[in-house]
Amino acid sequence: MEFFFQLPLWIQATAKGLAVILVIFPLAGMCSLAERKVSAWMQGRPGPNRAVVPWVAWIPFLGKFLQRLGLFHLMADGAKFLFKEEPVPGHVNKFYFIIAPAVALLPALTTVVVVPFGAWFDSAGALVPLVLANVDIGIIGVFAVSSLGVYALILAGWASNSKYPFLGGVRASAQLISYELSMTLAVLPVFLLVNAPGGKGTLSLVDVVAMQSGTSGWHGAWGMMIMPLSALIFLIALFAETNRQPFDMPESEADLVGGFHTEYGAFKWSLFFVAEYAHMIVGSAVFALLFLGGWNPLPWVPLASVAGWLGLTGLPFAVALLSLVIFLGKIIALLFLFMWVRWTVPRFRYDQVMKLGWQTLLPLSIGNLIFYALAIAWLQPRV
Amino acid sequence: MSAHPHASLALFLLVAVGFPLAALMVARLWFRFFQPARPGATKQDVYECGVAPTGDSWIQFKAHYYLYALLFLVFDVEVLFLLPFAVAFTGLPAGALVAMLAFMLLLAEGLVWAWHRGHLDWS
Repeated sequence: MEFFFQLPLWIQATAKGLAVILVIFPLAGMCSLAERKVSAWMQGRPGPNRAVVPWVAWIPFLGKFLQRLGLFHLMADGAKFLFKEEPVPGHVNKFYFIIAPAVALLPALTTVVVVPFGAWFDSAGALVPLVLANVDIGIIGVFAVSSLGVYALILAGWASNSKYPFLGGVRASAQLISYELSMTLAVLPVFLLVNAPGGKGTLSLVDVVAMQSGTSGWHGAWGMMIMPLSALIFLIALFAETNRQPFDMPESEADLVGGFHTEYGAFKWSLFFVAEYAHMIVGSAVFALLFLGGWNPLPWVPLASVAGWLGLTGLPFAVALLSLVIFLGKIIALLFLFMWVRWTVPRFRYDQVMKLGWQTLLPLSIGNLIFYALAIAWLQPRV
Repeated sequence: MSAHPHASLALFLLVAVGFPLAALMVARLWFRFFQPARPGATKQDVYECGVAPTGDSWIQFKAHYYLYALLFLVFDVEVLFLLPFAVAFTGLPAGALVAMLAFMLLLAEGLVWAWHRGHLDWS
């Protein structure tokens, strides 16, 4: 580790950037496969199970298993995106049309940086988070950058110069900004608790997990238990922010064909696709950090205790790996929830989306914030 | 690790801008040399479910969207003031808390006003 930190900063940043890209892209691809398999499973059909590379098919049992798993559909899809003809329709505004997918990917790739995804303990026993940029602004960074995502939808919708994408883009922007308010307001109580009298005054996500790493009482309970309403509002807003069903207004296949990306195809469309899944992954990660205890395996059972029981105290890499596995497990569970809800809850109508956002979630989150501000100021949990 | 932690954030922003642009560029070159586009009248046309498109695409849309945008702007700025409040909460005197509560009630009052005026009803 030491020699890496002695490299020039730009090499470090590039290496980290490549690492993120190499993790996010395959993960997004896996998500698309999982999405298809989970959908198939919920609807009682086999799902993708045809594509196979010939020489893999010759392996007994394993080849058949991999084919049934649909693993090669993933590669076939990726190859298809790269090798298809990429038409740029004649009626679009070329510059914005081409730049929109890049804008879509930008917030997804940037927010990953401030999200800690694991931790280890140095020789002094202090917690060292695994994070690409350990900044004290944490959650503001996430909100500030992720809200840029709305520009991609507007640009794509407007530049397409076509009615369906245009309507999709306008709807998308109104939906995203509506739910962003509730999302921010729902997160604030968590930081009120972190910064309760006696705390140190921070917006870092690492400190939120540290708060949930105790062994007894409120110190160690997951955010979801202390603030169930915040967690619920955040989760609903997360569904809306990532344009997932039941909030798929921007795409709404039923009435707008494909919404803002109707006119896109091939590689540019795949960037939108990756961006959506990357948003889901980052959103799940933030939810896990704020409300599900981050890398702590169970409420009141912090990572440090488990590492002690397993005899991993002196092995930083083993602890880091353990925390990473726990955290990834939570992310995968949340991604499954996304897919589960997709096939459980029917789509909303647009007026229902707006009503839920402005007339239910926003008043609830303001009331929630006032309640917790008063409760924390009165109970003084840290003192 | 001596640099300011925000420096890596800025550098990463550059990577995040650069990578998709580079990928789009590579894809463009690939299509230029190996898969030249074959435009046709139907491919170039506006997609409207196979029906011949009518009228301009940059159509009029509901002004109601603007109302939501304005409301969002007001609330978002107010929410921005709440984040420093969360950071300063650790050493906040009771008077400041009361002031902040009044501020939050103003936020709520704005919502009630918009609600009462019917701006939140999608028709």
